[in-house]
Amino acid sequence: MGHAGDDRELCFGTFRLRQSFGPVVSLLLVAIALLGLGGALASALRFRPAFAQSLGQTGAVGGSALGLAAAVNTLYSGRIDVLTASWPMPGGGLHLEIDALSAFFLLPVFGLSLLTGIYGRSYLQGRDTGHAAASWFHLNMLSAAMALVIVARDGLLFLVAWEIMALSPFFLVIFDDRPEAVRQAAWIYLAATHLGTAFLLVMFVLLGNLAGSSDFAGYAAVLHGHPGLSSTMFLLALVGFGAKAGIVPAHVWLPEAHPAAPSHASALMSGAMIKVGIYGIVRILTLMDAPMAWWGWALIAAGASSGVLGVLYALAQHDLKRLLAYHSVENIGIILIGIGIGVLGLAYGMTVLAVLGFAAGLLHVVNHSIFKGLLFLGAGAVQHAAHTVEIEELGGLLKRMPWTGTTFLIGAAAIVGLPPLNGFVSEFLLVYSGYLGLIEPNTAIASAGLVSIVSMGLISGLAAACFAKAFGVVFLGSPRSHEAGEAREAAAPMLVSMAVLALCCVAIGAAAPWAVQSLASVVGTVSHLPPPQVHAALAPVTASLTAAIVVFAVLAGVALVAWILRARRLAIAGVRRAPVWGCGFQRPTARMQYTASSFAQPLVTQFRLLIRNREVLAAPDGYFPTSSSYVSDSGDPFLRLLFAPTFRWFGRMTRRIYVVQHGHIHVYVLYVAATLIALIFWGSLSP
Amino acid sequence: MSGLHWFFSPLCALLLAPLIPGVINRTKSFVAGRRGPPLSQPHRDVIKALRRGAVYGDATTALVRLGPVVNLGALIAALLLLPFAGVPAVTGFSGDLIVLVGLLALGRFMTVLAALDTGSSFEGMGASREVHFAALAEPALLLALATLTRVTGATSLSPIYQVMGVPAWAHALPTLALVAMTFLVLELVENSRIPVDDPTTHLELTMIHEVMVLDHTGPDLAIIQYGAALKLWVLGALFVGLAVPVRTGNLWLDGAAALTGMAGLAIVVGIVESAMARYRLVHVPQFIVGAATLAAVGFIVLLV
Repeated sequence: MGHAGDDRELCFGTFRLRQSFGPVVSLLLVAIALLGLGGALASALRFRPAFAQSLGQTGAVGGSALGLAAAVNTLYSGRIDVLTASWPMPGGGLHLEIDALSAFFLLPVFGLSLLTGIYGRSYLQGRDTGHAAASWFHLNMLSAAMALVIVARDGLLFLVAWEIMALSPFFLVIFDDRPEAVRQAAWIYLAATHLGTAFLLVMFVLLGNLAGSSDFAGYAAVLHGHPGLSSTMFLLALVGFGAKAGIVPAHVWLPEAHPAAPSHASALMSGAMIKVGIYGIVRILTLMDAPMAWWGWALIAAGASSGVLGVLYALAQHDLKRLLAYHSVENIGIILIGIGIGVLGLAYGMTVLAVLGFAAGLLHVVNHSIFKGLLFLGAGAVQHAAHTVEIEELGGLLKRMPWTGTTFLIGAAAIVGLPPLNGFVSEFLLVYSGYLGLIEPNTAIASAGLVSIVSMGLISGLAAACFAKAFGVVFLGSPRSHEAGEAREAAAPMLVSMAVLALCCVAIGAAAPWAVQSLASVVGTVSHLPPPQVHAALAPVTASLTAAIVVFAVLAGVALVAWILRARRLAIAGVRRAPVWGCGFQRPTARMQYTASSFAQPLVTQFRLLIRNREVLAAPDGYFPTSSSYVSDSGDPFLRLLFAPTFRWFGRMTRRIYVVQHGHIHVYVLYVAATLIALIFWGSLSP
Repeated sequence: MSGLHWFFSPLCALLLAPLIPGVINRTKSFVAGRRGPPLSQPHRDVIKALRRGAVYGDATTALVRLGPVVNLGALIAALLLLPFAGVPAVTGFSGDLIVLVGLLALGRFMTVLAALDTGSSFEGMGASREVHFAALAEPALLLALATLTRVTGATSLSPIYQVMGVPAWAHALPTLALVAMTFLVLELVENSRIPVDDPTTHLELTMIHEVMVLDHTGPDLAIIQYGAALKLWVLGALFVGLAVPVRTGNLWLDGAAALTGMAGLAIVVGIVESAMARYRLVHVPQFIVGAATLAAVGFIVLLV
């Protein structure tokens, strides 16, 4: 591996750029520029909405395609590509680098940006178009900023890109700004993301102070040989990046923001943006020496609790997009369990375990972006067609929207972790690493293995229940509302995006051994293990996956033969249609079907201590009951019981500062001047 | 040994699986003082249903037809991973136990969707209960297999069950006894037998599996009934492989012992069904979690 590109000096007016000019990073910069340009033009030309939207879309699609090419190139060649330049920015330099880890995380960013770009134009059709044109600016800025975060190797640059990445979704969330709930969601998002950024700011400033530079290489030098400092930084990173990733209890913004944003923006946020949080955690780990065992435990604990609570909260939802948002929390949990096992393996010097854990976590990053992107786009298609994502109002959509329904089913089966789709591959890796841990004599490793196996079993079982509900109630049975009955199939570009993602689910499942093997360079970058060791650790699991694919081929063969035989048999014996059995009741209506709430009720009741949803039931009473009602509120318990009281208390406390608030601008100028004088005085005191 | 060796396990399952519900029903009849249907009645039921035409609900799509077929495929694929009578499975690899669990989950998911496809509230009711109990049974199964992995040091079903002879029992008696109990409970839970579900009740409101397949008819019903027998066999084989520790290396001797074990398991299930009433639905989760706890205790015993 070497640094590609050539070093030269260029003169731009008054300042000189010393640059190392890597071709791949340059391509990436062109991609980012194209995204930005498309977005800016769309925003500027919003008075001609149709044209502006086309420009925004072209920028998104073209830029993402270029970026994807750059990422794939790096993954194939394995070459690290660098771009550095001295920059007239105080305290920071321009240092971009694309290595296997960056390229790997760029895949979901650009892949989803490309597909949501294709999808978004049709999705926004018929909306307030000047407003919609401007949304392309924020969408493209989000993609560009994510890419910049992933390749930045300078603390200041990282934070600036991070802030753009954090702000763009605010404008996407507030897209439909009329409903009060949407504005509320946007504020919750803004508060949550900046609380996370606060921790990152502390981390980067501390590291920068100690290192004397804001370059990542300087951070690594400072952290080298200082386990105490490393532990502090790890905790700051876990909280700061975890807030973006959506680790419980910092997940509260997800179920508010994702349903409010346009569906393609939700897909990009859930599929790619929260993964940037995971990227941050992994990147910080690569800057440190061998990790300590308790970091692994912390990651596994955070992962297991996020996974189980995320899926439990999802079960109680009856808004399709809220449900999907909670599943993001669950899947972030799965990813963290994998990374936790990887860290634990490194800490105990068990390379096989380390490699498998990291491979599981990282593969699940890409897998989750594929199926969650697909599911959000599917939810968007449903919203577009039936004008609601309230599950209880839907039903029977598979008949009216066969392509949307089929791709949604593939996504649902994949997220549940069912063979032979992609979700199964990463969950197999994770559970397999757990089983390998079990046979180690080390009790701590064996316990970690057991914890991950049991939590994965519970998570996937509950996820199966949740998606049986989501798919079954939305797409099967009869329509529960007039709008659902009138739904039409989504437009072709939307279907193309969903079909590509569904094909990816199938392809990664079918080419599982190849997918796992191609993780080797990324896992090597994360774990600092030499390539032969990584390949040796992955070899048995790829062999197992190859054998498993043969088993799945038998499954498909048997199912196909049985399908043909039964069809032939029925061609002779005859088929007819009739109303289903209603216990003798002859006039069933769609309202008699099992609802999402009733489907999930046994599980929600069993786990009520954790879910804490509120129910108001007015049961039918007497011989001739006149009315009855049931209302359930599945608002987030952490938001209701932890954050809302905390912020209310905080609000009361800060009210005392009101005495210095006058609303007179000259008084504020006085404050500024006084502060400056105080700072100069303080600065002259210190040596 | 010969080619018969490799296909011993799946062949036994494919041919003999429907005998298990036959033996269960015969046992229940015997306890109740009746003569009962012949042992081959499940075979006959399958053939009878295959001959019939089909009736589909008004709201159904292709999923209602796809569900049983995929479930059957998943169970037959699972047979390839299943060692029986100490004979290794057709194919075995490190981690195959996870694939087995995944296949069972796939079959269940498709069965549930096929049930929901009818739009009937009864089937929704059954599907809801099925996914509820399965969500608890899946970690229990993984936990039981994890404990066996810790005992044997193997991560594949065939090596695990090959060494499950008398020496293994002598080495880890309490743990293996606890795991065997877990498997027995899982056989009842996963196959919707008493005390979890009453397959012979006449009231749809109380059923789980039978109400899910209420509106399946003709060849689809035949595939479902045959699939149900295979599922009894798969989970039964996990129990019998543990509970009948005969590993002489002679296919005929070991095979006879294992088949006797399967018959014995069917009789035990029949006796349980005769002696017990179905639990109230709210108590079933405790039953499953209790079973999982048994396996967990078995694991902890190994650690100390």
